[in-house]
Amino acid sequence: MIFENKTIEEVDVWVNAGHVDDFPEDGGSNILYEGEQIAIFKFSTLNKWFATQNLCPHKKQMILSRGMLGTEGETPKVACPYHKKTFSLETGENLNGCEDTIQTYPVKVENDTVFVGLYEKK
Amino acid sequence: MTKIVIVGNGMVSYKLCEKLVEKKSAASITVIGEEPRPAYDRVHLSAYFEDANADKLSMASRDWYSENGIELVTSEKVSHIDRDNKQVTTHNNSTYSYDYLVLATGSAAFVPPIKGVDKKGVFVYRTIEDLEMMMAYGKKVSSAAVLGGGLLGLEAAKAALDMNLKTSVVEFAPRLMPRQLDEVGGELLKSKMEDLGVEILLGKATSQIAGDDSMTGMDFSDDTSLDVEMLIISAGIRPRDELGKEAGLEVAERGGFVVNSLMQTNDPEIFAIGECASYENMIYGLVAPGYDMAEVVAEQIANENKEYKFEGFDMSTKLKLIGVDVASFGDPFCDNVPHSPISIADQQAGVYKRLNISEDGKKLLGGILIGDADDYNMLHQMYINEMALPPHPVDLIAKGSGEGGAAIGVDALPDTAQVCSCENVSKGDICCSIQDDGVTDINGIKKATKAGTGCGGCLPMVNNILEDTLKKMGATIRKEICEHFEYTRQELFDLIKVNEIKTYDELLAKYGKGAGCETCKPAVASLLASIWNELILNQATIQDTNDRFLANIQKGGSYSVVPRIPGGEITPDKLIVIGEVAKEFDLYTKITGGQRIDLFGATLNDLPLIWERLINAGFESGHAYGKSLRTVKSCVGSTWCRFGLHDSVGFAIEIENRYKGLRSPHKLKGGVSGCIRECAEARGKDFGVIATEKGWNLYVGGNGGANPKHAVLLAGDISKEEVVRYLDRYLMFYIKTAEPLQRTAPWQEKLEGGIDYLKQVIVEDSLGIGQQLEDDMEILIANYSCEWKEAINNPKIRKRFAHFSNTDQDDPNQKFKRERGQRFPVAW
Ligand SMILES: Cc1cc2nc3c(=O)[nH]c(=O)nc-3n(C[C@H](O)[C@H](O)[C@H](O)COP(=O)(O)OP(=O)(O)OC[C@H]3O[C@@H](n4cnc5c(N)ncnc54)[C@H](O)[C@@H]3O)c2cc1C
Ligand code: SF4
Ligand code: SF4
Ligand code: FES
Repeated sequence: MIFENKTIEEVDVWVNAGHVDDFPEDGGSNILYEGEQIAIFKFSTLNKWFATQNLCPHKKQMILSRGMLGTEGETPKVACPYHKKTFSLETGENLNGCEDTIQTYPVKVENDTVFVGLYEKK
Repeated sequence: MTKIVIVGNGMVSYKLCEKLVEKKSAASITVIGEEPRPAYDRVHLSAYFEDANADKLSMASRDWYSENGIELVTSEKVSHIDRDNKQVTTHNNSTYSYDYLVLATGSAAFVPPIKGVDKKGVFVYRTIEDLEMMMAYGKKVSSAAVLGGGLLGLEAAKAALDMNLKTSVVEFAPRLMPRQLDEVGGELLKSKMEDLGVEILLGKATSQIAGDDSMTGMDFSDDTSLDVEMLIISAGIRPRDELGKEAGLEVAERGGFVVNSLMQTNDPEIFAIGECASYENMIYGLVAPGYDMAEVVAEQIANENKEYKFEGFDMSTKLKLIGVDVASFGDPFCDNVPHSPISIADQQAGVYKRLNISEDGKKLLGGILIGDADDYNMLHQMYINEMALPPHPVDLIAKGSGEGGAAIGVDALPDTAQVCSCENVSKGDICCSIQDDGVTDINGIKKATKAGTGCGGCLPMVNNILEDTLKKMGATIRKEICEHFEYTRQELFDLIKVNEIKTYDELLAKYGKGAGCETCKPAVASLLASIWNELILNQATIQDTNDRFLANIQKGGSYSVVPRIPGGEITPDKLIVIGEVAKEFDLYTKITGGQRIDLFGATLNDLPLIWERLINAGFESGHAYGKSLRTVKSCVGSTWCRFGLHDSVGFAIEIENRYKGLRSPHKLKGGVSGCIRECAEARGKDFGVIATEKGWNLYVGGNGGANPKHAVLLAGDISKEEVVRYLDRYLMFYIKTAEPLQRTAPWQEKLEGGIDYLKQVIVEDSLGIGQQLEDDMEILIANYSCEWKEAINNPKIRKRFAHFSNTDQDDPNQKFKRERGQRFPVAW
């Protein structure tokens, strides 16, 4: 990954990910930016947006954007379509406890346009 | 403060530490082990072959020891005991003094003195390091043999198989597991192992290991030989008692420190426990007795209690092998004991069960189970607790279809019955934790009592006790769907229907909490589809991934496309179109077992283009993705076949078209055969129709998934119209009452009254719901529309089939290779 997980203040590039209506309700979409695939989720039920790496660390598949959204307790999560490993959308932690943590990125919406915040590794 | 030194840091040593900590002993404890890691679970050592993950086997971390004030010394071997000065010395010349010394040195694999055992390629199977060496060597060779056909040897054979080696087992005795199985049992196990791909050589004494530097084969005393590049020796164990002689500790004839029932050696301040201890001339090669011995010592050290004694142990066992169920308990042979044996042997099913009943017919003395050991726990309990037998003990092993389980419940067990032998937990302990401490699930029981945390073999029984106790307490056992809905599938079905709920969001708002998850979303999606049969694409993100994209997701993020070919009948023109599409999109092509053609390797971007081509040629979605009706397979029947009684193809097409797209708890398949020769294998499907002289026979419930089942007769010699009517009712009844992901066979078996009850409901309409079920089915059939067509015609939906939302590119990470002239995904 050429991008790291940082706080909003540290973001140094806000990438335009498309119009809010390009995203399915309670679902994800995937964008390509400088060779990286980033999954962006419109969690309508919670009225929140999230972004993570698109790669599922389990079998190294570019697939998380097609995953199903849900919650475990208070934690919003995405389930990989292959083997239903679930990851926290907030921290990227694998909730089944056996896979690597995935990257998460900040998302902001301005004038109905969705931006994902990336921090380029120096 | 009393100083305790424990030599050895294996499973039993750890258990002693744990018990001392639990009992809040005031002693200062030092553990010295020669292995580099803290204690790990040797019983599940084979799991290391799967992931080489030592952490998963770990019993406690170094931190655990330090947090509990225990000094842990690893990679040090104790080489000397000085009893006069009460201290031990290690090979590094460190000394540790003790008030009590506990020997927990375990055992080593016994290596018979065969010429050549020191050659490269010969291994024993005991430690993680042994496994690491085996795995490294196994990569360089293609065949392995195991010396010893006992419990451990067979486990080693399975491990060798998993390393993709051609595997043989060499056993000296004339049968496998000679100490646990009789002749019939051994023979059956042999053929089961052979089915797994293991070659079994019996009655073979190995005279030497052939080869120069590395081994190349084994020579036997009957002048035969075996070419093999690697050997795993599993010929029994030798207690590690080497510290005994020099220190003047008494050692038994067959090895092991001699101990009394308090686990004291002839020096009362030195204990021995686990596999290095010889009690009444017996070495126990299992963990459970070792744990019991640890308890005896912990009681003395922590509570000065000399009343708790070791009194021998039952050596019943259940093999952990995957793919072969084997268990024996009590006295499996009763060679010199008067008894009456009962046995059943079903060669075809690969099942052999034997019970030894006492002469007065009152007690179980022992038994053997092969091929089906589901009832092991229950039978073992009946044996240990000397429980009274039912009037026809054969009922215990001859379960009729649909009854499930030994003809006796956990209810009959006394409270003192030991359920978990590893941790010595009784049924009473488990019930108490449920009744008094409010525990309601398996994890809670594990925490409260430790039951099931050892070998795990008792878990099914613990679960039965849990359910039984909860039921008695008046709690209804509810299979709630997940944390978001406090309802069962059946209840949700009714709620949706009665309140005319059409969307997931509406259901969640009215009856759920939270934001849903990957369990409840697809379950509700399936319910909505089964009740209304509306376009699933309208709520795409609650659908399981295949349903969401109307194709089967395969490796590498590619999809497979399966057009419907009802009854397997296809025109040459259509066949050509499939070929053309496959060629144009470079799709791997395969004929399926259900008379269709599978096209693999489509990218998400290409899916709509492929469907468009197929739809224009008259195809429609084969629903190969959903939990829905897949295919109705047919033979050629009376139109071509010289045996055919009626038109099986025509009827299969009719049925498939009737139920196409029908959503159900699990996927559904059907079959129609033109005569009893059954070329369509109709009885291996959820529903099967077979032509008879007088009409058709209708069979149901032939889909058990991993546990194959044959369909059973629902109605015989009926007309086509009756077949359809009963099928409508049967399928609708199944859809309404089965659990999510429950196939027809297990559903039918769990219905109280089984097939007889089904006959009453479906054929005799005993509940008076026949008309209702038929009407419900009519609604679903009327609402059918092809999802592919909708997807390509609706631009908004069509847009969803793009890998990226900001560019039209395909996934650059998707990788394929070519083999046998076709395109395959690279392995993950
Ligand atoms: C592959 C495999 C599968 C098994 N499956 C089962 C099963 O299904 N069910 C079952 O009940 N049992 C099973 N067993 C047996 C079970 O693992 C043993 O009964 C149990 O591990 C014995 O525990 P222990 O602590 O007595 O000995 P060990 O676990 O062998 O521990 C002894 C430790 O002491 C160390 N040691 C020895 N001498 C010294 C010294 N002088 N100084 C310092 N350290 C020393 C050794 O290195 C070792 O680490 C299996 C064993 C194996 C190998
Ligand atoms: S099942 Fe009977 S009718 Fe059908 S192909 Fe086989 S032999 Fe012919
Ligand atoms: S049997 Fe297993 S591997 Fe084969 S297609 Fe079905 S799920 Fe895949
Ligand atoms: S590849 Fe994501 S869960 Fe297996």
